[in-house]
Amino acid sequence: MLTRRVLHRLFRCAVGQINKRQQSTQQNLLISGHINAPLTNKLQFLFPKDRPIIPVYRVLETDGHVIDETQTPSFSDEQIVKMYKDMTLLSTMDELLYQSQRQGRISFYMTNYGEEATHVGSAAALDPNDLVYGQYREAGVLMYRGFQLDDFMNQCFGNLKASCKGIQMPVHYGSKKLNFVTISSTLATQMPQAVGSAYAYKRAQNMLCVICYFGEGASSEGDAHAALNFSATLEAPVLFFCRNNGYAISTSATEQYRGDGVASRGPGYGIAAIRVDGNDLFAVYNATKAARDMAVNEMRPVLIEAMTYRVGHHSTSDDSSAYRSIDEVRIRDKRDNPISRFRKYMTLRGCWNEEKEEEWVKESKRSVMESFTRCEKIKRASPATIFENVFDKVEPHLQRQMKEMNEHIKLHHDHFPWTQYESM
Amino acid sequence: MLGASKELCGIRRLAHFTFVKDQPDPSLGQTKEMNLCQAIQNAMDLTLANDHTAIVFGEDVAFGGVFRCTVDLRQKYGADRVFNTPLSEQGIVGFGIGTAVSGATTIAEIQFADYIFPAYDQIVNEAAKYRYRSGNLFDCGRLTIRAPWGAVGHGALYHSQSPEAQFLHTPGIKVVIPRSAIQAKGLLLSCIKDNNPCIFFEPKILYRSAKEDVPIKDYTIPLSKAEVLIEGTDITMVTWGTQVHVLREVIQMVAKENISCELIDLRTIVPWDVDTVCKSVVKTGKLLISHEAPITGGVGAEIAATVMKECFLNLEAPIERVCGYDVHPIPHTFEAFYIPSKWRCFDGVKRLMNY
Repeated sequence: MLTRRVLHRLFRCAVGQINKRQQSTQQNLLISGHINAPLTNKLQFLFPKDRPIIPVYRVLETDGHVIDETQTPSFSDEQIVKMYKDMTLLSTMDELLYQSQRQGRISFYMTNYGEEATHVGSAAALDPNDLVYGQYREAGVLMYRGFQLDDFMNQCFGNLKASCKGIQMPVHYGSKKLNFVTISSTLATQMPQAVGSAYAYKRAQNMLCVICYFGEGASSEGDAHAALNFSATLEAPVLFFCRNNGYAISTSATEQYRGDGVASRGPGYGIAAIRVDGNDLFAVYNATKAARDMAVNEMRPVLIEAMTYRVGHHSTSDDSSAYRSIDEVRIRDKRDNPISRFRKYMTLRGCWNEEKEEEWVKESKRSVMESFTRCEKIKRASPATIFENVFDKVEPHLQRQMKEMNEHIKLHHDHFPWTQYESM
Repeated sequence: MLGASKELCGIRRLAHFTFVKDQPDPSLGQTKEMNLCQAIQNAMDLTLANDHTAIVFGEDVAFGGVFRCTVDLRQKYGADRVFNTPLSEQGIVGFGIGTAVSGATTIAEIQFADYIFPAYDQIVNEAAKYRYRSGNLFDCGRLTIRAPWGAVGHGALYHSQSPEAQFLHTPGIKVVIPRSAIQAKGLLLSCIKDNNPCIFFEPKILYRSAKEDVPIKDYTIPLSKAEVLIEGTDITMVTWGTQVHVLREVIQMVAKENISCELIDLRTIVPWDVDTVCKSVVKTGKLLISHEAPITGGVGAEIAATVMKECFLNLEAPIERVCGYDVHPIPHTFEAFYIPSKWRCFDGVKRLMNY
């Protein structure tokens, strides 16, 4: 870095800028870098404990009551029921796909248990054309936008109808139609990309924004820092939505950061921030909606930290009882689950009852089961698929390798599991 | 930068090569004398003028760039299209992927190829895989990453690297290195227009010295097409970037001994033009590959392995690689000893002929 700076300086000298530079340095000696800082003669450090802890914004009590009626979003009964159905259908699908992995019918799965309100509440507050960059545990956003059960299932089976034709692991969904950028397993890489897309939207003046989901674990990555800083300096209409679910695989949030969570970083970057109760769909909705308005109308980023709890294991490759007690999970889930909280509200509102619930449970289980059975039968794509989409065209060296593979397969045809695949 | 630092250090070095001009293709019409830096600026100027989605950004890009490649562009096209980013390479490439995904023609500058590594994850795991992992739903083909590259005489460990081999092993990304101003403009415009993410490495020692009559119109030079610069019969020489000029001189040196060399500028390093190289080796029976980067695991190794497979019965001598040593490129005051100089290449030719 030193060398780099020296080179820059040498260069600037060469183009005759050094004089101007020295002058401005003298004038701004005390305030360079932070123009508005007042002077003080008191030797005083700023301690985190002296700052108030950022409160958690909540609309719905855990018993389903609204605390302040002015904060109730104006949803119709149909909209309320749709959101509830999306959350519960997601949960039902999670259960079946989790079990199917245990039976060896799909290779991997990640459940969304406990975080459903963060997905559906935020998705409902967006324009359907707003672009979504997810991390990987945001299936509810897709569910809300109209991704069909078959779309989820096909992707998890990796069959030829899957959005990525079996190239990626289960839960790496993507949909051009629903403006949901395909998931990658890497953490926080989506964050600076979301800022780039938001910047492109700003230039296109399309009055849309970009939402970027990430976990509190991902917030430790360098990409998270780069993204927050770029979004502020380049004034990009992007919503950073942190799902703070308490765990990055086994690492608890207390080991992830020492400051006041993720929201507290907003002011440091010059970004408006809010902390919300992530198990309260209305709080999530209101915060996201207000943030979206700010982003689109004022061309600025907003940071939302939704406090929730990962009820399930990290993935099917994880057994969380190795690092947190089963009781902890049970108590947390029982005390406060976003779906049951919302159901209590719906019952109080009078748009839901036991009878409807029973009927819906049956119906949702049936559709999930039917979709699973249907999609499990679909073959995998031809092995030639692996050579597609590396580049926009199959480059000559890949054509050669495809030919090689073809010849090899012909020679050893019986050693491959053809019943599962389309032929070459 | 080079001139300034030379003067300030009180040292004047002779370049380790003599730049040789190419003649512009007359069919491309009117020309103007430009150096490689101006040719790159001109390619971006044309792009910004013709494509309203195009943006150019990076560290210190707004005032014209530390090498002056973006000079005047901000004044001409506005602060929203030519701008500084905070100092973060992973941020620059990540941001650039995002703008490209959302339809902007994106030209991102990494200030030196040596500083591309914080962005390695974004390039390898993100940019390169975007189309593949989404089943062609999303791509960042509109992204071009530019970075000054290669030996410069005094750049030492962090202003000299030529990391093209680091990206050779990554499917999905194209890597291009020009040898001159005419080439730089045409190849950069191809990278910008290509529908795949491209890394465009610019031999920074040529920024000022490589002056040519560059066609002023918008033109492209095809990617993944090597160019046979000099035809010959005894030895095929494959190289790219600055080293093209080193080998040109070597060819003159050995011509006095009646050795006839065929010089190939690979131009696109990934995916490279196997056919042109192999066709030449079939004719000559001997191959010398030269690059500035360390020899082990370098691009030369890949070319040698492919040629060995494709032209085994045509080869009359072991393939010769004249490259950087496996030390950190480039030890500051020892550059003359590290680089694959004309004399080291000359020896390589001798080894091939005497085998």
